[in-house]
Amino acid sequence: MSPRDTSFHTSGDTLLDVRGLTVRTDDGRVLVDDLSFTVASGERLGLIGESGSGKSLTTLALLGLLPDGMTATGSVELAGTQVVGAPEKRLTAVRGRDAAVVFQEPLTALDPLMRMGRQIAEPLARRTGLRGRELNSAVTEALVRVRLSEPDRIARAFPHEISGGQRQRVALAMALACDPGLLIADEPTTALDVSVQAEMLDLLDTLVREREMAVLFVSHDLAVVAKVTDRVLVLKDGRAVEEGPVLDVVTAPRAEYTRALVAGARKLESALDLRSPR
Amino acid sequence: MTLPAAPLKETEPTESNAPVSRRRRSATLWAGCSLTALIVLLALLSLVWLPFDTDDTSGGRLAGPGDGHLLGTDKLGRDLFTQLMTGARIAVQAGLGSVAVAALVGVTLGVLAAFAQGWLDDTLAAFLDILIAFPTLLLAMLVVAARSATLSSAILAIGLAQSAVVARLVRILVKRVLARDYVTAARTSGTSWPRTVAGHVLPNIWPTLVVNLALQFGLAVLAEAGLSYLGLGAPPPNASWGRMLQEAQATFTTAPAGALAPGILLVVLVVGVNLIADGLRDTLDPATRRRRT
Repeated sequence: MSPRDTSFHTSGDTLLDVRGLTVRTDDGRVLVDDLSFTVASGERLGLIGESGSGKSLTTLALLGLLPDGMTATGSVELAGTQVVGAPEKRLTAVRGRDAAVVFQEPLTALDPLMRMGRQIAEPLARRTGLRGRELNSAVTEALVRVRLSEPDRIARAFPHEISGGQRQRVALAMALACDPGLLIADEPTTALDVSVQAEMLDLLDTLVREREMAVLFVSHDLAVVAKVTDRVLVLKDGRAVEEGPVLDVVTAPRAEYTRALVAGARKLESALDLRSPR
Repeated sequence: MTLPAAPLKETEPTESNAPVSRRRRSATLWAGCSLTALIVLLALLSLVWLPFDTDDTSGGRLAGPGDGHLLGTDKLGRDLFTQLMTGARIAVQAGLGSVAVAALVGVTLGVLAAFAQGWLDDTLAAFLDILIAFPTLLLAMLVVAARSATLSSAILAIGLAQSAVVARLVRILVKRVLARDYVTAARTSGTSWPRTVAGHVLPNIWPTLVVNLALQFGLAVLAEAGLSYLGLGAPPPNASWGRMLQEAQATFTTAPAGALAPGILLVVLVVGVNLIADGLRDTLDPATRRRRT
């Protein structure tokens, strides 16, 4: 565990301040219920919960990207900008710059008809204003940074032409391209097989530490979250059931649901060899 | 490792790594292109050279081939081949024009409908459904009747009728693409809506759209022939295949060439374009390109 484990209360100003975030469908169902948490700059927060617990919706709500038919109430302040109810124009400025997302399934998160170099170049060009040759070398650099060994080939390839692990690295490179203050990783390793998962986690961890970037790591997998975060927030049915330093939560879970989660993770851990790639 | 500036030329095929060369086209596409090219060449040639004047009635009535008349003459003594050539030009014009109108109106309406919500979405969808339920030819006849019987009215009429089909297709395609993660991903990286549509949505509906537009081209050619057959297409002396068919109908048993020739060319063009559409389907999608190795 890093020394940062104990320093999360003092590690700088609040980057993300969520207060009473509630997501409702138009027909009145409450999907995320009165959620409050903060992420300080450089802090790494894990968001744990089973599928349907509102994790992914929360991440989308943070950037004002809820699907049609859902509305968010409460307050989400991202780097000083109020996201809830903000006009599209202000949100566009925030997205990518203050927070970027890595999605669960890299194959669907990359445009199948666009060469990957161009997909990375798009946000890069917008933020840096680079063009032509300089932009190309910035793209190559972004790919090298995520430890892709053949950046030039990857830049020219279409998503279906490279492996799942490589795709997720490209997606990570895209997210990191604009040096966001907060990286939102929505189950970034779930779609990868176990060996690639570990590599990806290491990479993510290293890159984030290098840049002192804040991370919101969303996962259903307690073991994964414990590896890369300082603090966790446990969600169940859209409600926060427990929050605390990751070590405390794993060693001494208070909420019943968390206890079940920890026990489950232990069982899984011991059966890790039998786990088949998803 | 060294980092040379990566050449990110989007339009050029990557020589070394691309799984399939873009130059490899399906046989269907080739066949379609050849058939269509035949008609297009006739049409282009008609712009600069015709064997006879379009209103030259000097040939004998319903004469057989000979005396400079490659296919003989019609009942007014006009050269059949000359009429076929101008007919080719009109067919190609009608196809291109209608598809242009259909694409412009259809894609705009379709994208708008895909983004519209609530009552606007419902209204647009219902409007498009009604428009589609209306027979193309009937709609075209209404437009032609309201304006005048010229080629441009026919093109406008056919194009508008087809734009409903295109719009409905585009609406569904756009909605489907908008639900994809890569659109959300683009949005999370701060891409604005117009840029997302131009950069991710349109390119991803393009393969399906272009195939559909090619099919619409064939249908437009047929619709124009239909209108002309009813006397609602391009006015004389511009011979359209449809009108040639109608004029040759009465004398079909004695001089079948007058009806067969435009009929065959019509089939050649429509089949050609449909084959192109079929071939494009295989070649446009990079994923299918890979599968064909």
